Amino acid sequence: MTLSLAALGPALPELLLALSALALLMLGAFAGPKSTDTVNGLALAALFGALVLVLIGPAEATLFNGAFQVDAFGRFMKVLALIGAGGTLAMSVDWLKIEKQDRFEYPVLVLLSTLGMMVLISAGDLIALYMGLEMMSLALYVIAANNRDSVRSTEAGLKYFVLGALSSGMLLYGASLIYGFTGSVNFAQIAQAAREPSLGLIFGIVFTFAGLCFKVSAVPFHMWTPDVYEGAPAPVTAFFASAPKVAAMAVFVRFAMEALPNVAHQWQQIIVFVSIASMALGSFAAIGQRNFKRLMAYSSIGHMGFALVGLAAGTQQGVQGVLVYMAVYLVMTLGTFACILSMRRKDGMVESYDELAGLARTSPVKAFMLAVLMFSLAGIPPLAGFLAKYYVFLAAIEAGLYTLAVIGVLTSVVGAFYYLRIVKIMYFDEPAAAFEPMRSEPRVVLAISGTFTLLFFVYPAPLIAAAAAAARALF
Amino acid sequence: MYEWPILSVVTFLPLVGALLIVLMIRGDDEVAKRNARWVALWATLVTFVISLLLLVGFDASNPDFQFTEYQPWLGDVAAYRMGVDGISLPFIVLTTLLMPMCILASWESIQHRVKEYMICFLVLETLMIGTFAALDLLQFYFFFEGGLIPMFLIIGIWGGKRRIYATFKFFLYTLAGSVLMMLAIMAMYWQAGTTDITQLLTFNFPSGMQHWLWLAFFASFAVKMPMWPVHTWLPDAHVEAPTAGSVILAGILLKMGGYGLLRFSLPMFPEASAYFAPFVFTLSVIAIVYTSLVALMQEDMKKLIAYSSVAHMGYVTMGIFTLTQEGIQGAVFQMVSHGFVSGALFLCVGVVYDRMHTREISAYGGLVFRMPIYATLFMVFTMANVGLPGTSGFIGEFLTLLATFGRNTWVAFFATTGVILSAAYALWLYRRIIFGPLEKDSLKGLGDVNAREMASLVPLLFFTILFGVWPQPILDACNVAVNAIVARADIAVGAVKAAALVLP
Repeated sequence: MTLSLAALGPALPELLLALSALALLMLGAFAGPKSTDTVNGLALAALFGALVLVLIGPAEATLFNGAFQVDAFGRFMKVLALIGAGGTLAMSVDWLKIEKQDRFEYPVLVLLSTLGMMVLISAGDLIALYMGLEMMSLALYVIAANNRDSVRSTEAGLKYFVLGALSSGMLLYGASLIYGFTGSVNFAQIAQAAREPSLGLIFGIVFTFAGLCFKVSAVPFHMWTPDVYEGAPAPVTAFFASAPKVAAMAVFVRFAMEALPNVAHQWQQIIVFVSIASMALGSFAAIGQRNFKRLMAYSSIGHMGFALVGLAAGTQQGVQGVLVYMAVYLVMTLGTFACILSMRRKDGMVESYDELAGLARTSPVKAFMLAVLMFSLAGIPPLAGFLAKYYVFLAAIEAGLYTLAVIGVLTSVVGAFYYLRIVKIMYFDEPAAAFEPMRSEPRVVLAISGTFTLLFFVYPAPLIAAAAAAARALF
Repeated sequence: MYEWPILSVVTFLPLVGALLIVLMIRGDDEVAKRNARWVALWATLVTFVISLLLLVGFDASNPDFQFTEYQPWLGDVAAYRMGVDGISLPFIVLTTLLMPMCILASWESIQHRVKEYMICFLVLETLMIGTFAALDLLQFYFFFEGGLIPMFLIIGIWGGKRRIYATFKFFLYTLAGSVLMMLAIMAMYWQAGTTDITQLLTFNFPSGMQHWLWLAFFASFAVKMPMWPVHTWLPDAHVEAPTAGSVILAGILLKMGGYGLLRFSLPMFPEASAYFAPFVFTLSVIAIVYTSLVALMQEDMKKLIAYSSVAHMGYVTMGIFTLTQEGIQGAVFQMVSHGFVSGALFLCVGVVYDRMHTREISAYGGLVFRMPIYATLFMVFTMANVGLPGTSGFIGEFLTLLATFGRNTWVAFFATTGVILSAAYALWLYRRIIFGPLEKDSLKGLGDVNAREMASLVPLLFFTILFGVWPQPILDACNVAVNAIVARADIAVGAVKAAALVLP
């Protein structure tokens, strides 16, 4: 079958990102380090352009014999991934400049990784899935080591690469098993073939799920997360915590719902276990942390556990819950990292959250916003984080997963402890030395994120409706 | 009744006050502090006056919810529904009445971060009123849980030495109880297909499910009440909270537990309520006797009153689960009366604490020589706490005990010893503080209550005596609503009994 150029229309956002990445790489390579600012700006513009193209693009389309599909679900997740990538890139420009880590490769790699995410989200078969996943991950391995002269950063990059390669291997092995036992790589055809669970198929599912769990950093494949989060430069960590999580969760949901709906009973147990383990580890292990980035690593493990509660339900309601959860998680994460990025004193960055002491008095607005985000991450009404949790647990209760739901909400109480401790440090403790004033990009991100989190409950209908429409696309 | 949404106005007016403080008042100087106080006082006073319109417009003979409002919000999952009946109305007015007094009580004792303090209280008032006025399960949960945030800050920022410990304990205890209720709310939604409380009140849940739902709701309300053995957060929170925080905690927040039992547990799960009644009786009696004994041995004034609160809430749960007209009316009355009395007692502690900066009972003695008016006021509230006839404390205790006697004589017997014990600890406290020789030098220069303190104590004194001799208004207000609950409970109990008779 020949493809005319016009037929590629549905993939325009991806094409834009790919071409911009190549063009910007050339620009950087030929114009040298002085072009970094231009490359940064153009990369941001490309992300924004892709966002617009996703929004105005076709609602439903299939390309490349079903390997690439555009639907409401994919659009929802792509918008989130692009917002995450754009938001973190915007915040990182200034930061990297101050830390003298600004290189033109960074925005290019972010673009390439985002392109991988877009392919991943749209994947309609196992090959596209693997291709997207690897494109995303390879770029991520490199930017984890962006600070080349720091031992911790390079260690983070190496660790991420070795473990990531292992997980890719597992995923690939699982994918080949699935192909062998169903005779197809296409999700829809796998669903047709996989009506009765066979041992080989189940092995395949377990291995692919293990690979996907690694990408969303769900227990027991979470080991890399704290070290990588702590070791990588803060803006890179912000990026890791936002966009790739969204993309990986999207493909996780799509793969489970489109390829394996008929063997849901088999994989549901895996997801229930992974979800409980992630929520528990995320809440208990975070208690001992003092480094804010490391804390956010455990926090994100816990939050992925909560999002997986919706997947465990395996229903349309559950997918809607996952979508709402990821949207709210993304906003909260961006806001929190805007604060982490601006924990800077005259003599450099600090990362322990004890340094936030008395922030409520030195910069009350910032402290208020961060407190809102912390209460929201803990899931206290009326903030956005509560409604997100409400939707995933609503689905779990509908599906009759009572044990999962009870354990989930109880771990959220444990988790509340360490979020509250940050509020305590900001509001109850005696002020420490003030931070340098926030840069404008983090300030804007924090303002938007805090306001959204605080006022989401006033008019939640649009997001909920969009998530519902997106979830319907998978059923 | 009214053309405008009066319940929403009452609920969100304090929030408007808080926004005014946020937007209008800058800086941290004396002028800003004074402005913040006045804005807060006016906001709470206006709210109180408007809430009186609710009393005027309320038709006590109408069994339906009144002043109802509806706005779509979350599609099927929840909507914005407001309304009051005879059970919630007294609590709303109690809230709006206590708030100005709390602001007054903090007038001089709070000197740092005044602006934030007033904002916290105003936000808290909105959330408290909303809890009582909500007619949608999820909306109720929003208000019920949202109140944790301002209270967490109030105890944590303006509290005493061990405030961090106390406020974390308060927050996590309450949250742990409530998350299970959240799951129960979801289960109810899937079962009944709605979160509208008015519809759920007539929905019959399957009896097996009722037990689980009842337990989940009970976990939340038992912590909030608080009932023995999950009461331990309360003494800590009370001791560390600033005076006004204690007043709100004892006066309103504890009542949310009792209100929840009346609004949800009894009418929605009548069978389970009948089934678990002996269990609640046991816990209540233990609470009454045990915490009264603990109260006897306290050396901190606030801690003593906190334990006495737990004991008094024991009467409330006992009365509620008699599932009789007298018992439930008595429980409602006891809650309202306890709102006045315990609030006033904490204000009284605040009066001497502001002067002496200690709550150690042993640091006081012979205050009657320096503060005769204070001694008189404190005496009346102590007597009301004991349950002396002629004060509002008597009516509630008497009605609940009367109803319990009809259900189970032994429970009534043990609960009545609590009355004697309460006399022991309350009078002993009074003797140690007010009477005895005035020996300590630090006490010799004390001045009597000033006009501001009078303004917050005298209205409470008035209501304590008024409802002691004329309890009719409260009893009439909740009569019809209580009737409906009892009728549903009777049917359920009858059904259980009939089923038991059929079985061999």
